[in-house]
Amino acid sequence: MKPEWTDFVGGKWQTEINVRDFIQKNYHPYDGDEAFLAGPTQNTKDLWAMVLDLQKQEKEAGGVLDMDTKVVSTIVSHGPGYLDKSKETIVGFQTDKPFKRSLQPYGGIRMAEKACSDNGYEVDPEISEFFSTHRKTHNAGCFDAYNDEMRACRSSHIVTGLPDAYGRGRIIGDYRRIALYGIDRLIEDKLAQKASTGRVMTDDVIRLREEISEQIVALKQMKEMALTYGYDISKPAKDVKEAIQFTYFGYLCAVKEQNGAAMSLGRTSTFIDCYAERDLANGTYTEEQIQEFVDHFIMKLRMIKFARTPEYNQIFAGDPVWVTESLAGVGVDGRHMVTKMSFRYLNTLYNLGASPEPNLTVLWSPRLPENFKKFCAKTSINTSSIQYENDELMRFDHGDDYGIACCVSSMVIGKEMQFFGARANLAKCLLYALNGGIDEVTKKQVGPKYRPVEGDVLDYDDVMSKFTDMIEWQADVYVNTLNIIHYMHDKYCYERAEMALHDRDVKRYFATGVAGLSICADSLSAIKYAKVEVIRDEDGVIVDFKTTGDFPKYGNDDDRVDTIAQELVTKFMTAVRRHHTYRNGIPTTSILTITSNVTYGKATGNTPDGRKKGQPFAPGANPMHGRDTHGAVASLASVAKLPFKDAQDGISNTFTIIPGALGKEDKVFAGDIELDLN
Amino acid sequence: MESFGTVDGPGVRFVVFVQGCPMRCAYCHNPDTWAMTGGTLMEPSYIIEQYERNKGFYRGGGITVTGGEPLMQIDFLIELFSLAKKKEIHTCIDSSGIAFNPDSAEFMEKMDKLMTLTDLVMLDIKHIDNEKHKELTAQPNTRILEYAAYLNEKKVDMWIRHVVVPGITDDDKYLWDLGYFIGQFTNLKALDVLPYHTMGEVKYEKLGMEYKLKGVPPMDKDLIPEKKKVILDGIKKRRAELGLVKAN
Repeated sequence: MKPEWTDFVGGKWQTEINVRDFIQKNYHPYDGDEAFLAGPTQNTKDLWAMVLDLQKQEKEAGGVLDMDTKVVSTIVSHGPGYLDKSKETIVGFQTDKPFKRSLQPYGGIRMAEKACSDNGYEVDPEISEFFSTHRKTHNAGCFDAYNDEMRACRSSHIVTGLPDAYGRGRIIGDYRRIALYGIDRLIEDKLAQKASTGRVMTDDVIRLREEISEQIVALKQMKEMALTYGYDISKPAKDVKEAIQFTYFGYLCAVKEQNGAAMSLGRTSTFIDCYAERDLANGTYTEEQIQEFVDHFIMKLRMIKFARTPEYNQIFAGDPVWVTESLAGVGVDGRHMVTKMSFRYLNTLYNLGASPEPNLTVLWSPRLPENFKKFCAKTSINTSSIQYENDELMRFDHGDDYGIACCVSSMVIGKEMQFFGARANLAKCLLYALNGGIDEVTKKQVGPKYRPVEGDVLDYDDVMSKFTDMIEWQADVYVNTLNIIHYMHDKYCYERAEMALHDRDVKRYFATGVAGLSICADSLSAIKYAKVEVIRDEDGVIVDFKTTGDFPKYGNDDDRVDTIAQELVTKFMTAVRRHHTYRNGIPTTSILTITSNVTYGKATGNTPDGRKKGQPFAPGANPMHGRDTHGAVASLASVAKLPFKDAQDGISNTFTIIPGALGKEDKVFAGDIELDLN
Repeated sequence: MESFGTVDGPGVRFVVFVQGCPMRCAYCHNPDTWAMTGGTLMEPSYIIEQYERNKGFYRGGGITVTGGEPLMQIDFLIELFSLAKKKEIHTCIDSSGIAFNPDSAEFMEKMDKLMTLTDLVMLDIKHIDNEKHKELTAQPNTRILEYAAYLNEKKVDMWIRHVVVPGITDDDKYLWDLGYFIGQFTNLKALDVLPYHTMGEVKYEKLGMEYKLKGVPPMDKDLIPEKKKVILDGIKKRRAELGLVKAN
């Protein structure tokens, strides 16, 4: 056994790359409460004060404090950077100093230039010239291959948010591997993988061999980068501090090279707790020291930044990185996976204050220990910073070592990845169905010239039949566009650092998404149960509707309309499944616009449900605002009826409730209403 | 009906509001439920069906009937809770106890039956002093206090709720007396002391009714723990006298 592995329970993980096996053999489920937790050290407080000051300066500077305009970011492009070297226990920044945003042109040089110019900086002309003339980018590749229809769909926003000019993200490297095995062992493994590829040089084999070579280069550079910070990561981590540091280095390499739409961390806490328990038992570190490492780690994650344009920030409502970390959950053997480290991660919300990043996500199960549930509830009430997801639902498909990328996309760490696919605007598609493919805003013929609806009153069967045809077309152009995007992303902006921390043969999900589900369900319900008359403009294009009578609305646990919503999800997914997907990705879809619903609304005309042109869509799978009138359970029940099997990339429901409506302040949870008469 | 009740008993609860109440509590925030007519007629089986449809949400919770005054519709309660107990649903009544009538054999027979089907009664004692109670609610509190004793005898879990209104029910003497009174009951499981708020006032305006507590300020939330402590002191005193205090 390697010296760094002393006292760990051995197993398959020693002879193969298998972090899950290590965790299962070595983690200690924790049933206790939060009383053991340590507060912030003075160093933590000092460092965090510096970060807050930098945040303030950044805000005052208009949102960006510093940008690199000369050095193209790679794993080894920048020397070490520090806040205060003497106080930081976990180190590493994307560039040579905190809050300086890196230059990442591989996704698209124009986007990189615009991100700079919009913030008052200018990319070095030599770099612009190089990436326009000598080195093609992902973005240029996509536009070389797009056809006219794809371009038209893109500009009319019937498919929208496509990752063709920026990093697709949603890939999580198994950063823990570096801590457990050290880089040398991982390189050895990659060399063996390369030697094991097929001998007939088909396109697939050639691409795989080239990719593995890229991965090996990335691994070597990781070692080099870590050395600049004084760490030798060629060997396994020897204690909890190194385990956190090595894991963070892996993640850091990913964000040095990819400005992805979501750069998530994975599921690290239970893994790291194995080291913490060993160090506590051996007296290597105290609880206070371990909490300090965790605080400094989380602090670093809060400082991950990318150069982005105002338009990008508009789509995503801010500048999110989606450093999602998945906590807790239950193992397939029935033991819950809450450890002291799950508490320590959440404790950073107290030690450093509330924060949306990293996106701490609790994989919820009724079988989590009561003390942890109580701590989560309390922390949610105090900080509003915890996301919850249904472990019962996801464990079925992904086992007990999956993580969430972005907000809801589940994938087995190091074994599965996703091709992120933005969204199809379903509400607009419905309007195309009514208008025979003519865009209701631009009046251009964007979709196929199918027969538009005739007469003045909409007939449900007629509309549904036309809508079905139009969905088929929409899925067709959408999937084909995504095929081009992912082909080009692999070719020109390959995620070598993240993929170096994956198995050779990964399962690829081909993610699609829909926006405007509740609008479509309510619109079709209005057509079916009320009377909807159309109003045409001078060109004969339907631009408005007059609805007489009431109709059931999605969000009230009313099967008459909820079944329409279910049917639409299945219809869309069926249409997507019919297509060839790049690298045989497994098609999935999501219903999860959390913020971009506003942008989609702006680009979409009046809809038969009564929504006016330009008004926002409901987020994700939410009922339209104010239409769910039967209380919270009825609203949630409508959403819960959507078929997960046809929306496996996730269904989101944004649910806001005043604290008082969740019980008596926080006292019910704390049991204060109970009488203690002793 | 409210499908997501979180302040009407343990857990997330399905809450049924019944129409009609003989009390006229000055601070009642549902004066629209006073009239003995109106509301929507609903079959108990329909209510259970609605509950069962989304029972996943009510794990650890159950059904609460509130009002109005639930005990005014005791036949309905018996039928509803009979169905609920068949499905092993936790049942709770949120009541003022005003309809309790120990003089009527017919009523008591029904009440005895209902109590075999009820897991929890949340009893709202408005004022421990009978005269003050009459001023506040237009009814004496005699039967309400008798009801508490009855529940204790039947071993039905009881939560006591008490609203603290500035100048009306915030006098420490009465609070202590309340505690001393309820201290004798071993079925007492929780004490919920609520600060008076003025959010009900707009409803009176809408209904064109006079709001008797006009001008009374809302109760300062921060003072509630102290007020609760006074009641608890009363409870403890009584428990000590009766030898009900558990050894530490």
